[in-house]
Amino acid sequence: MGQDSSPLFAGSTGTLRLIGYLALAMVLMVLDHRNGWMWRIRYGAAVAVEPLYRLAGLPVEGMRTLSVAFADRQHLTDQNQRLREDLLLANAKLNRMAAVAEQNEHLKELLDTQRSLELNVQLARVVGVDLGAYRHRLLLNVGARDGVKPGQPVIDARGVMGQVIQTLPTTAVVMLITDPNNALPVTIERTGLRTIAYGSREGDRLILPTIPMAAEVQVGDRLLTSGLGGRFPPGFPVGQITRVAPATTGMFLEAQAQPSADISRSEDVLLLHDQAEPAGPPAPVPPMGPPAELAPAGAGSAAAPPRPAKGFQP
Amino acid sequence: MNRQRLGLWWFIGTLVFALLSMLVPLPDVLEPFKPYWPALVLLYWALESGDRVTLGSAFTMGLAADLLDGVLLGEQALRLTALVFIALRFRSRLRFFPMWQQTLAVLALLLNDRILLTIVRVFAGDALPPASWWISPFVGAALWPFVFLLLDDLRMRLRLQ
Repeated sequence: MGQDSSPLFAGSTGTLRLIGYLALAMVLMVLDHRNGWMWRIRYGAAVAVEPLYRLAGLPVEGMRTLSVAFADRQHLTDQNQRLREDLLLANAKLNRMAAVAEQNEHLKELLDTQRSLELNVQLARVVGVDLGAYRHRLLLNVGARDGVKPGQPVIDARGVMGQVIQTLPTTAVVMLITDPNNALPVTIERTGLRTIAYGSREGDRLILPTIPMAAEVQVGDRLLTSGLGGRFPPGFPVGQITRVAPATTGMFLEAQAQPSADISRSEDVLLLHDQAEPAGPPAPVPPMGPPAELAPAGAGSAAAPPRPAKGFQP
Repeated sequence: MNRQRLGLWWFIGTLVFALLSMLVPLPDVLEPFKPYWPALVLLYWALESGDRVTLGSAFTMGLAADLLDGVLLGEQALRLTALVFIALRFRSRLRFFPMWQQTLAVLALLLNDRILLTIVRVFAGDALPPASWWISPFVGAALWPFVFLLLDDLRMRLRLQ
C-alpha cells in the first residue's frame, strides 16, 4: 500500500486496469448472450475442455463403481430379480401391444399418414459434472461425432428428461425440463387439455401457469407431451400433477407437477432421433410481444422449444 | 531456478484443481452448500503471494472457468476480477488480520461475489434464485481457515515461494 500515491495507476491493481477488465468481461457477456457465437470458441476449445470434464466426472463414476463393488450379494440378487420381473412384464405388454400397433399401422395406412410408432434411439451415459450453480443441465458422453444435434429430445425409462442444447465433439449439454428457461407443450391425459409446462425456480418440479379457470384438472392427472411445436414427439409421459390452485393473477389456474423422469438420478438416458412430424394445427402464428431474439431466456434462448400461440388452447 | 519453476507449477496446479472441484457435483441435498472453490484458492494466492496474482491472471482464470461451465462467457471473469481487485487493494491489511477477522472479510467478499452473480443472471433474463442460493458464501467462509491453513502448510512443506 506504500506506493498508493496515485491510486488510479497503482501498479497491477490500478483502478483503470480494473475498469478495463470489467468492460472487457461485459462486452464478452453481451456478445455471448446476443448471438451465441462464443459457443464456436467453446467447440474449438473442446480439445482442452472435454478431458477436464472426463476428469471431473471420475469421482461420480468411482462412486457408482464402488456402490456396485460393495453392494452385498443379496442386494444385487434382489435387483436382478426385480429387473427380470420388469422385463417379463414389459415383454408381455409389448406382445399384447404388437397386435394393436399392427392394427394401428394398418389404419394409418388407410388414413394415408406418415407417422410411425417406430423409435430410433441412441443410448447415452450421464457424465457427473456440475455445470454451474442452479443450472439445470446434464452432460452426456455422446456428442457431435456420434451424430447428436441440438434439439434432440432426451428421455429415460419413465418419461421426458429434456433436450440437447449444445454439442461438443464428444459431449452434449442437455437442458432439463425443470430448468426455468424450458417450456414444454403438454396435454393432460384424462381430459386432453393442451397447455404448457415450464420449469420452476427451484428446479425440482414443473409449473403449468396458464390453465383456463373452467378446465377440469385434478391432482394426480398425468401429463403427456402434446407434440405441438414439433420438438418432442407426442405421447411421452412428462409428469403428474401434485397441486392445483388459482394463480395469483386470478385469470388462470396454476398447477404444479412432479416430473415422471428420474431427473436427478438417471445414469443412462435415451436420445431420440428422427423426430415425428408435429401433430396438430399448422405452423403457429408468431406470438405477440417483443421479437424472439429479445426473449429473456439466458443462454438457452436459441434452444427453447417454440411456444405455441395462445390460440391453441381450448 | 528449479524451485521457482516448481513454485509456478504448484500455483497453476492448485488453480486447476480448484476448477476441477468446481465441476465435481455433490449429492442433491448438499448441492446448495457447495462453496465457490476458484474464489477461495485465488484469494489465498492473492493474500500470500500478491505479485503472482494480477487482475489479468484472475480474468484468465475466470475465462477458463466460463469455458468449462459453458453458460455465459465472461461471467466468472468479471466476478473473479472484482474479487481479486478488492483483495489486492486491502492485501496488507487482510494479511495481518487474526483468522476470525480474515474469515469475516472473506465472507463479505464472497457475498459481494454472489450479489454480482445475481445481478448478471437477472440481467441475462433468469428468474431470481431461491433462498438457498445465499448459503454457499457462508459455507465458503466457514471453510476459509481450513483452506488457508492447508494450502499454507503444503507450501511450507514443499518449501515453495
